[in-house]
Amino acid sequence: MSAAATTALPAAAPAAVPEPRASRAPLWLILPAVMLFVGIVLVPLAMTVLLSFHDWGQYKGIEPVLTLKNWQEIATDPYYAEMFGRTLRIALITTLVTALLGTPEAYILNRMSGRWRGLFLLLILGPLLISVVARTLGWALLFGGANGLANKLLMSLGLIASPLPFLFTETGVVIALVHVMMPFMVLSVWAALQRLDPQVEHAAMSLGAGPLTIIRRIVLPQVMPGVLSGAIIVFSLSASAFATPAIIGGRRLKVAATLAYDEFLNTLNWPLGAAVAVLLLVGLILIVVGANALVERRYAEVFR
Amino acid sequence: MTTPSRSAAPLLELDRVAKAFGSHVAVEDFNLAVAPGEFISFLGPSGCGKTTTLQMIAGFLAPSRGTIRLEGRDLTSVHPSKRGLGIVFQSYALFPHMNAAENVAFGLEMQRIGKAERTERVRAALAMVGLAAYEDRHPRRMSGGQQQRVALARALVIRPSMLLLDEPLSNLDAKLREEMQIELRQIQRNLGTTTILVTHDQTEALSLSDRIVVMSKGRIEQIGTPQDTYERPASAFVAQFLGKTNDFAARIEGGSPARIVAGGWSAPAPVGLRGPVTISVRPERIGFAETGLPARVAARIFQGNHWLFQCETECGPAIVVRPNDGAGQPGEGETVRLAWRPEDMSLSAGAAA
Repeated sequence: MSAAATTALPAAAPAAVPEPRASRAPLWLILPAVMLFVGIVLVPLAMTVLLSFHDWGQYKGIEPVLTLKNWQEIATDPYYAEMFGRTLRIALITTLVTALLGTPEAYILNRMSGRWRGLFLLLILGPLLISVVARTLGWALLFGGANGLANKLLMSLGLIASPLPFLFTETGVVIALVHVMMPFMVLSVWAALQRLDPQVEHAAMSLGAGPLTIIRRIVLPQVMPGVLSGAIIVFSLSASAFATPAIIGGRRLKVAATLAYDEFLNTLNWPLGAAVAVLLLVGLILIVVGANALVERRYAEVFR
Repeated sequence: MTTPSRSAAPLLELDRVAKAFGSHVAVEDFNLAVAPGEFISFLGPSGCGKTTTLQMIAGFLAPSRGTIRLEGRDLTSVHPSKRGLGIVFQSYALFPHMNAAENVAFGLEMQRIGKAERTERVRAALAMVGLAAYEDRHPRRMSGGQQQRVALARALVIRPSMLLLDEPLSNLDAKLREEMQIELRQIQRNLGTTTILVTHDQTEALSLSDRIVVMSKGRIEQIGTPQDTYERPASAFVAQFLGKTNDFAARIEGGSPARIVAGGWSAPAPVGLRGPVTISVRPERIGFAETGLPARVAARIFQGNHWLFQCETECGPAIVVRPNDGAGQPGEGETVRLAWRPEDMSLSAGAAA
């Protein structure tokens, strides 16, 4: 009886049981996107994974058989451990430095008055409009050996005796990566700062808190989710970065991404390159998902 | 327009305080002395300068001119964090990453009060606002009313010399707002904390305050008790802003003694006025009578405990409010006569606008 009454008055009682035809419409609507995703992401990815289990020889090329050879090589040869160790180290240090510099940068940016904020935001985001290659080459021009502009200047001023080592060093890669990644961190922290109620700082002030206490106890804990999500973005982009390590690090200082590239295009050992790429991808997904879960659990209570 | 200070020396004094933002004058010539234990409301429409004044007292804004003294001490160079005032903000401004107890404890931590005493006082403060069971709750998981209470407890736990409330109830629904008003008044009476409330809600100001400061366009229009400001408004603005009022075009008719005449209603005229005048009368002070100003009832609206009549008269439209006391009421379209006692009206020279 009550069911009949419900169908008679659909407006009064929000439909608890949706009609079967209506419920299928969303599925049809997302179909094009799903097809695109499957076609250009999942299928090539599955092919890459499959490729990593194929065999390869200098003269015979790729052989479509299933073997663990590539994976064994990666697992046992310390050369690969060194590559992945370096990738992880560079990504971690880059993330740390961008967080340490980007958080105060975003805070200062947020405190600026309108006109200055616009200008500085443009300065921070502007580099995103320029190709990573161009930006990295800029660093190479400044610090590349004895002919680097900055090195020349510093040497002529007598501040340094020999050119600062930059190219082919991890420090150089980290510095260039920090420069490339900074906008992502600043934007992420800035978005978190935007959500802050400006009266909260006034409230803390009225309760007797000084400026440093307000930053440490009130502002920082509230923007921490922004810092952490920025860190996740920067970490995954740095760990998989190709252009910057390729230009600054070159062949002498390889990371996972440049290693995979070389296997594909120089050695032509596609299966090994695929294994390196898959390992990098899986490692990154595990780290990012794990970090994200930690962040969400930590802040679930506070920011629902 | 200074107010006579009450028994004791004033706790807070504002002396010719003014604030300008560029060429825009937000507050001008603000003089006020607040006695210890008093509950003062700053009442006015948005943009009248009431919040600006509060922010100057709190120290978030520096006055352009004038001085603010707390307990005789000039506050001008005292940082907001050193003023020892308890403030409740319109948005409550709770620390979202701390639970209720941590929010309340923050001010005590800043005062370096020991853990044992801190816990004790936090518990007492939360119990006072009826949130004893919510110590571990985070603000995002509390209702607006609960957040409001935490904010009040946080402001009061530091035993402030004054409590400043910036439209604290404006985000609550009507019923809750009324409950909070009563509770706020009770807590304030019990603690005896001198309080300044900023509000645009006249009912709130009337029901809570010892004195009301009515403001308009950065200036004080009137300072007085709720009854004073309501019944003896110092200006047309105050009369219009506090409650509703009827303005009738009337004239003083000569002869000896002169009489003030509005249609069919008349009374002895005060000395000194001549010609056209405006009579202001509150809707609830007008009654239906045998003689008086003839009026046609254009609309009759039932509002539960009272009736509201919209009438048309030759002297202008009139609103009449009568209690729903069971007596028969005139219906729409009927012609009635309106009358009021001369002491219930206020007079101003010139024709009604």
